[in-house]
Amino acid sequence: MAGLTLYDKLWRNHLVDQREDGSALIYIDRHLIHEVTSPQAFEGLRLAGRRPWRLGANLAVPDHNVPTSREERAGGIAGILDQVSRLQVQTLDDNCRDFDIEEIPINDVRQGIVHVVGPEQGATLPGMTVVCGDSHTSTHGALGALAHGIGTSEVEHVLATQCLIQQKMKNLLIQVDGQLQRGVTSKDVALAIIGQIGTAGGTGYAIEFAGEVIRDMSMEGRMTLCNMSIEAGARMGMIAVDQTTLEYVEGRTFAPSGALWDAACAAWADLHSDADAVFDQTITFRGEDIMPQVTWGNSPEMVLPVNGIIPDPEAMENATQRSATIRALHYMGLKPGMAITDIQLDRVFIGSCTNSRIEDLRAAAEVVRGRQVASTLKQALVVPGSGQVKAQAEAEGLHEIFLAAGMEWREPGCSMCLAMNADKLGSGEHCASTSNRNFEGRQGIGGRTHLVSPAMAAAAAIAGHFVDVRTLQEHSA
Amino acid sequence: MKSFTVLEGLVAPMDRANVDTDMIIPKQFLKSIKRSGFGPNLFDEMRYLDEGQPGEDCTQRPLNPEFPLNHARYQGASVLLARENFGCGSSREHAPWALEDYGFRCVIAPSFADIFYNNCFKNGILPVVLPEAAVEQLFQALYVEEGYRLEIDLEQQEVRTGEGQVFGFSVDAARKQCLLKGLDDIGVTLESAAAIRQFETRWRAQSPWLFDVIRKEQR
Ligand code: SF4
Repeated sequence: MAGLTLYDKLWRNHLVDQREDGSALIYIDRHLIHEVTSPQAFEGLRLAGRRPWRLGANLAVPDHNVPTSREERAGGIAGILDQVSRLQVQTLDDNCRDFDIEEIPINDVRQGIVHVVGPEQGATLPGMTVVCGDSHTSTHGALGALAHGIGTSEVEHVLATQCLIQQKMKNLLIQVDGQLQRGVTSKDVALAIIGQIGTAGGTGYAIEFAGEVIRDMSMEGRMTLCNMSIEAGARMGMIAVDQTTLEYVEGRTFAPSGALWDAACAAWADLHSDADAVFDQTITFRGEDIMPQVTWGNSPEMVLPVNGIIPDPEAMENATQRSATIRALHYMGLKPGMAITDIQLDRVFIGSCTNSRIEDLRAAAEVVRGRQVASTLKQALVVPGSGQVKAQAEAEGLHEIFLAAGMEWREPGCSMCLAMNADKLGSGEHCASTSNRNFEGRQGIGGRTHLVSPAMAAAAAIAGHFVDVRTLQEHSA
Repeated sequence: MKSFTVLEGLVAPMDRANVDTDMIIPKQFLKSIKRSGFGPNLFDEMRYLDEGQPGEDCTQRPLNPEFPLNHARYQGASVLLARENFGCGSSREHAPWALEDYGFRCVIAPSFADIFYNNCFKNGILPVVLPEAAVEQLFQALYVEEGYRLEIDLEQQEVRTGEGQVFGFSVDAARKQCLLKGLDDIGVTLESAAAIRQFETRWRAQSPWLFDVIRKEQR
């Protein structure tokens, strides 16, 4: 018998019941909850007179709607100016109290973006099944967990039964060999992969990322990569457990300690694909080939290396691709033949569950240190992913570097990633953003998002347009 | 949940690839804590010329005359014909809620994003995958013939045109049964409560570090 992939093992470990019709009942270890996709699920429970199956499996935190300015945050929930947002955050609070679910409230130092908070608290552990009513739940796969986003009906289903009805995915191995060039980060790796396989390339698959580049990556970098799996069409991305994983997990609030830690480590030693495991598809990249990336269109697959030139739709053979390109160029206000480095920026956003961890902020600060944000920029926002990231950054003095450069230093939350709070782009404004989606209107109606790494966003903030961050890094070295 | 057996209905076009859930229902409407009433805001940014706000009366807003759903010939459509990778992006179930609330019960496309595809079944909407060429043919027919209708038969797994042409489609058995009968997933799963308990007891013995962590648990 052939060996098993990491995904096969995680699936097998959580299989409650394999049904004849091909579906399976899968046990869920951790359910993360936020304010946007949960109210209707709690309402459903109430209407059916059901209680949560296992309270200790759930952890809630508000993130999408919370304001990030200090003044607005000072008043807690009652201080949220947008009353619709306030009601939603309040509803999460009320539901958690009514159903006795553990919540990290708005101004708790542990509060932050759910996908930053889960691993940071040790609420996400290797070998777990982790779900959340949010597509970027794929982030948690970086710890060797089976983690994916679910809809609100499934949020209710998990609350009520601790299980999900699932169909097994196919296995896709994305192997990144060799080494990354200096100045190239896991965000660039993620964008380069999506650029090649497309936003539907991973549909129907569970992705495992492997290879030397992944082995050398920090946990933060791995989370960025797994976070973007959904942008490649895959509900989940994962990485084998190794020493880096264990070092990250050890000592976290909800992580085991003492004898339990040893037992857990022994169990986690199996969380990798067997040498003879069979993948349905394998795609290989070379780390050396990957350049800093910048998206130019309204799909993450519309991406180019920073030295790239905006494509010409007339040269495209595929009609759907041609019309999508024409549409994107029109929306983005760009012309074929223009250099990526000629795109002038109005705002810069460093944050989101993709790139708001301490390592991301350090990378951005390193570029910004001793420099000034371009005078043509309207705003450069730095939004840490959680209160703990914020505290750590402040302990290292990173906030002073950002503030001295003319950037804003905010309270944790999703912020301008999807503009459900007050942080948004104006129509026609170009933004260098470390988030994950460049869809039309994502960061504000008419807003034009370019996805980049934190270092590239910082460099763009200094220059006022895109530049190859490596030129700035050379300068400072 | 509403059951889905056979649907005979007017078809409307959504002629672009990679329609994401932000387009289907923009984020400002996600602030609602209800699960109904999203229909007037379906495709909001394309459908109206102004910026929509939650709770606003949409009947007074300026319509975008170029957007097909605003054309008289597509009023009352219950089948949406779309292009590849429909429903990509955010996992928001508000997307199928908005489609359903508007009146769509079936979406036909060459491919769907996984989470959206799954969410449709939970809300009485049938997503049908047809080959690219078949979808192209349907688009052509739809543009030529005003009042173009299709019949979608879930039991037989067939899409039938007025001219008697038949396209078969596949759908997995479990989802098909739930949709045919309009079953509540949770009720079905709770029939396996004993198996879940049994699994949980064994799993707890095997991985005790997963329990009693966020809070002390009984049982
Ligand atoms: S940061 Fe952005 S992508 Fe991440 S959970 Fe928040 S809104 Fe979603």
